[in-house]
Amino acid sequence: MNKENKLELYRMMLLIRLFEEALEEMFSRGLLHGTMHLSIGQEATATGACLALEREDLITSTHRGHGHCLAKGADPYKMFAELLGREDGYCRGRGGSMHIADLSNGNLGANGIVAGSLTISVGAALSLKIQKLDNIVLCFFGDGAVNEGSFHEALNLASLWELPVLFVCENNQYGMSMASENAVAGGSIAQRAESYGIKSISIDGNDVEEVYNSVLEFKETIKSSGKPMFIESVTYRYRGHSKSDRNLYRTSEEIEFWKEEKDPLKRFIGKLTEEDVEIETLKEIEAQVREVIRDSVKKALQSPESPKTNLEEDSYA
Amino acid sequence: MPEITTGQAIKEALSLCLDSNNTTFIAGEDIGVYGGAFGVTDGLLEKYGEERIKDTPISEDVIAGLAVGAAITGSKPIVEMQFSDFIVNAMDPIVNQAAKLHFMYGGAVNVPMIVRGASGAGTGAAAQHSQSLESWFCHVPGLKVVTPSNPQNAYDLLLASFVDPNPIIFMEHKLIYKLKSEVTLGPLPKDSSKLGKSKVVLEGKDITIASYSNMVNTVLNAVKDDSLKDYSIEVIDLLTLSPLDTETVITSVENTHKLLMCQEAPGSSSIGATLISEVVSSRAFNSLNKPPTLLAGLHSPMPSAKHLETAVIPQEEDIVMKIKEMIDNE
Repeated sequence: MNKENKLELYRMMLLIRLFEEALEEMFSRGLLHGTMHLSIGQEATATGACLALEREDLITSTHRGHGHCLAKGADPYKMFAELLGREDGYCRGRGGSMHIADLSNGNLGANGIVAGSLTISVGAALSLKIQKLDNIVLCFFGDGAVNEGSFHEALNLASLWELPVLFVCENNQYGMSMASENAVAGGSIAQRAESYGIKSISIDGNDVEEVYNSVLEFKETIKSSGKPMFIESVTYRYRGHSKSDRNLYRTSEEIEFWKEEKDPLKRFIGKLTEEDVEIETLKEIEAQVREVIRDSVKKALQSPESPKTNLEEDSYA
Repeated sequence: MPEITTGQAIKEALSLCLDSNNTTFIAGEDIGVYGGAFGVTDGLLEKYGEERIKDTPISEDVIAGLAVGAAITGSKPIVEMQFSDFIVNAMDPIVNQAAKLHFMYGGAVNVPMIVRGASGAGTGAAAQHSQSLESWFCHVPGLKVVTPSNPQNAYDLLLASFVDPNPIIFMEHKLIYKLKSEVTLGPLPKDSSKLGKSKVVLEGKDITIASYSNMVNTVLNAVKDDSLKDYSIEVIDLLTLSPLDTETVITSVENTHKLLMCQEAPGSSSIGATLISEVVSSRAFNSLNKPPTLLAGLHSPMPSAKHLETAVIPQEEDIVMKIKEMIDNE
């Protein structure tokens, strides 16, 4: 990976972090209706995975999907507009935080149902195969999804039919309040994939280079073999499950440990400076990203609301 | 014009769908070598090969989910629920995904897919293989629900469903599969305008009977009863349940002043309940000279024994009696 690639990884992680911090601020000011699921702390997985893909590769995303969406190329302005219920939003205010789709960049959409996108990713991969397209589908889901029946049906069929899906489990160690270790019998998520004949690995999901390199390698293997693969990317979310979470199920020491010792941005900045990247260069990128966020928020707040008309008509194509 | 069964008519329609679009595939349980539990897909594997006629494991969730994923990426899938009761295992992809994505993503995607399923009772298959669950799906904005009653309308409506850009629940009553009649095997229609239209299949002026699916056939047999030979009966086949064409029924009731709705499904929160509510809330209210009546299946799981099964489903004699009751007591 050259320096330019690395700076792009940094820029994207920072964009996701600052995008979500801006959302938090807007939420606290009462500007946002509804809830949202923040991925602060998990930026390395979204960034490393999506930047290893090509624009034509497809992704399916989850309720905690802002990072996936941005990393796959979405326009922050259109995302803010969506969360604010504006006509310029990706879904014209009909989807909100949990349902942003950006087809032009290969994002088939975020999904509010845990494991909801697993079977969809299998169908999308079948489409690619039928249409003889040389791309893959990367399916994001959380550790909570691996105990849903559709996880097992999807992995089984993807393996049987040799479909080009890269399953990426973002194991942030909690399904809402349920600790993954109390929810996953047998202990290993990655091993479950192996039992379906799908090659799998478990990686440090807070190491953006490890994520990037793993996805890049698996993507190429999928393209040559046509078979699905599986990555468990171990990470951690700093914020609660959603805005109503009081964090009763974990200790503040645990959260602090991840923030201090394992933070993906902090670690990557450390690594970049060790590799002689000028701190000025990073500051310059940060200033650019802050400007993008500031301008996007401002523009979104000024954009028109979605009209209330045609909601019944819009239910059908 | 060939005389064929509904099952054959559906197969002819499926063949035309496969011929017309090379992204179309059919997926489901035992649809390949076995030919489908009701023989509908018999021979398609030989003709189209296993890339397009895809036998699946017994996994209804992923069968429906893969249709959603394929549909939003430019393919045109048709999937089969071997018995429509099994659709219960596929509710998330159908209700939370297929029905929602077009709206939820602000119109950015369409979900053109068909889920076919064998519905209804009469085969002694008992409570888990005999249900008429169509009204569940009518309650979900974003889905269209189609219930053919004979070979010709099964052929026509399946093709109309295929050219529609929305997710379609296509419920095929098991007892219509073997019905045989002459069928015009027309070309693929230019649009799906046949959906959402009910049809007057028998004209009359004393009473309107609305029905759908195989119950239409029961009604059409019932009205041939000798004891009804002096009555002029109008029969409407609803054909599409969502969107429901109430206008045809309202217009009919304005002329006949009476509405009898017959269905195999239980009455609560059902198609009949909705239809009657629509009619009494419409301009036809003042035309009614009798309370509209719903003759529905009992609110009971379907029993296996023949005599018990027939006790649950409205029979010809029940319909004859109800017609006389509504007309004679004027």
